[in-house]
Amino acid sequence: MKTDIVLAGVGGQGILSIAATIGMAALHSNLHLKQSEVHGMSQRGGAVQSHMRVSDKEIASDLIPMGAADIILSVEPMESLRYLPFLSKDGWLVTNTTPFINITNYPSIEDVLAEIKKFKNHILIDADKIAEEFGSKRSSNIVMLGAASPFFNIPFESFEEGIRKIFGRKGDDIIQINLKALRAGKEFTEKNR
Amino acid sequence: MQKLLLLGDEAIAQGAMDAGISGIYAYPGTPSTEITEYVQASKFAKENNIRSTWSTNEKTAMESALGMSYAGKRTMVCMKHVGLNVAADAFMNASITGVNGGLIVVSADDPSMHSSQNEQDSRFYAKFAMIPVLEPSNQQEAYEMAYFGFELSEKFKLPVMLRITTRLAHSRAGVQTMPLHKQNDNSLPTDLRQFVLLPAIARRNYKGLLNSQSGLEQESEKSKYNNYFEGKDKSLGIITTGIAYNYLMENFQDKQLNFPVLKICQYPIPRKQVMQIVKECKKILVIEEGYPIVEEMLKGYQEAGTPVIGRLDGTLPRDGELNPNIVAKALGFETKTDDRIPEIVKNRPPSMCTGCGHIDAYVALLQALSEYSEGRVFSDIGCYTLGALPPYNAINSCVDMGASITMAKGAADAGLIPSVAVIGDSTFTHSGITGLIDCVSDNSPVTIIISDNFTAGMTGGQDSKALGRIENICIGVGVHPDHIKVFKPTKKNMDEMIQVMKEELAYQGVSVIIPRRQCIQTMKNKVLVEKVKELGL
Repeated sequence: MKTDIVLAGVGGQGILSIAATIGMAALHSNLHLKQSEVHGMSQRGGAVQSHMRVSDKEIASDLIPMGAADIILSVEPMESLRYLPFLSKDGWLVTNTTPFINITNYPSIEDVLAEIKKFKNHILIDADKIAEEFGSKRSSNIVMLGAASPFFNIPFESFEEGIRKIFGRKGDDIIQINLKALRAGKEFTEKNR
Repeated sequence: MQKLLLLGDEAIAQGAMDAGISGIYAYPGTPSTEITEYVQASKFAKENNIRSTWSTNEKTAMESALGMSYAGKRTMVCMKHVGLNVAADAFMNASITGVNGGLIVVSADDPSMHSSQNEQDSRFYAKFAMIPVLEPSNQQEAYEMAYFGFELSEKFKLPVMLRITTRLAHSRAGVQTMPLHKQNDNSLPTDLRQFVLLPAIARRNYKGLLNSQSGLEQESEKSKYNNYFEGKDKSLGIITTGIAYNYLMENFQDKQLNFPVLKICQYPIPRKQVMQIVKECKKILVIEEGYPIVEEMLKGYQEAGTPVIGRLDGTLPRDGELNPNIVAKALGFETKTDDRIPEIVKNRPPSMCTGCGHIDAYVALLQALSEYSEGRVFSDIGCYTLGALPPYNAINSCVDMGASITMAKGAADAGLIPSVAVIGDSTFTHSGITGLIDCVSDNSPVTIIISDNFTAGMTGGQDSKALGRIENICIGVGVHPDHIKVFKPTKKNMDEMIQVMKEELAYQGVSVIIPRRQCIQTMKNKVLVEKVKELGL
């Protein structure tokens, strides 16, 4: 079974930390992995994406073909729409609802959310608010990963293991906060899908 | 031996360390930067004295690597494709000197120009220099080619190019490592005049290079990275190079591939296999990432008049990066062209960070220039290039490293006075100093703004060779100390900045203005913060 994910956001929002956690989770589940990142100029506040492919079979292309992604996981609502041509008909669009506004012509957030709702399989989650509720706004990206986790062909325990590996150096407190964030995201999706 | 999760760049670095390099030389440049950073962060490299600090530019890196090779050690030099232009003098002549210790030149190309001014294909440089190229199709091959590339280099006594593109450089996958090779002992070349390129010796060496070409071709023909896959359906033969192979195979995940396929990952082109596929098949499709270099050469190989299709006839786009869909279309497969990006999605180009010192410098400059006609600001390669975008629209050129100063000089020579150059600290030491000497020697009426943020910002905050040296360099090359002005670019200092800039713009000679404030992205870099304090900057 494969899972193709397009990770989306704005340079500086830290989508690569989500990618790293998925990578560790895939490794823990003994799966093949290819993850294409954007470095360089776009990291300065531009639109950034990462193609992440996880499979029990060998993976050919580093890039996901159009219309083949199982998940768009976006930490910014308008950015989630930019990669729609990659999403498969039955794929899931999972996005944070907090906009990142660094351009003058950013559309109204209501219009953006309305556009997202046109797509059948979507999860809209205010990850910043959920993360803030247990006192760590910085873990909102992990809330997002948790919210997308039910759509992966990777066991949830592997994501937890990924968190332990990625945040291992930062101490047990940070690990626990991020595990909490991961579970909170997962619970949100289970209630709202 | 272990399995690691590595970027293509990191796989190359790991392969080189496992192959026993004694040093790596580089100037940061996307998408090559992470190779050297991986070595810099490696405990193994520290314990084994593998030198890895940044070089001042790609040319000094290439030459240092050649020196290390002269002394018998294995070494790698890394750069982005346009960096090879800077290193080209040393690079081209290194194929004439040949090497002693194994030498790999990594050139990371950027098709689709994700972070570059052009999408030149480094394979042309290797062909020009007549040296072998290794072009991995995946991270494992990237590792292995770095690992085995040194053997190839030492066998033929030539530099070897390892060519990658952005996609592989910045994509992560599992990599199996190989047994550690110990570093070479010091040993001088058997002929101590091998590296003396006096005409008589150069002519002899060049003949040697020409004579080695057939051996290199045979090496390609038996390379385990060049593979001929038989296929029953001879109506089409497919040749792929490097990473393009993956995009082909992506289209046959649930279909049978019946066409013969030649996967090329080592050059010179394996003539035997190429002739075989050309003879066997009615038509040849060439899929390569970058310029149509194999496609063009193939047209010259033809005996039977087999049609060759690819980037040159429009079967594939002539420019830009490949992807599975583009290749599907070339194969005649139906592709999903459903363009569903809603209109509501607006472009989000990169921009300078909120609170960046370059912004304050530009705001002041625009004010100071307001009394002159527009179109007189020459800029350079770095974060401040983003000053070209709204709301600043502040610059009129971005060409190559160092070109701001020399283009401003040329424009001033032509009567565009004042002319302004905007260059960063790291770019200034990379290639700006020589241009500044030209300005001083003509006393050109130029105002040079060296926007000093103590780092190479765009590539992720690498060390700047200019740190704490800029004023001394300027004075040293002859800029009058009265016309070297330093200030901290902040909103509070805006009036003073505008005033200083106005005065220097009016001065009919060389002025250097240094807006100086640490890059906000590097504030967490304790070593740098400490150094800045120590230097009193």
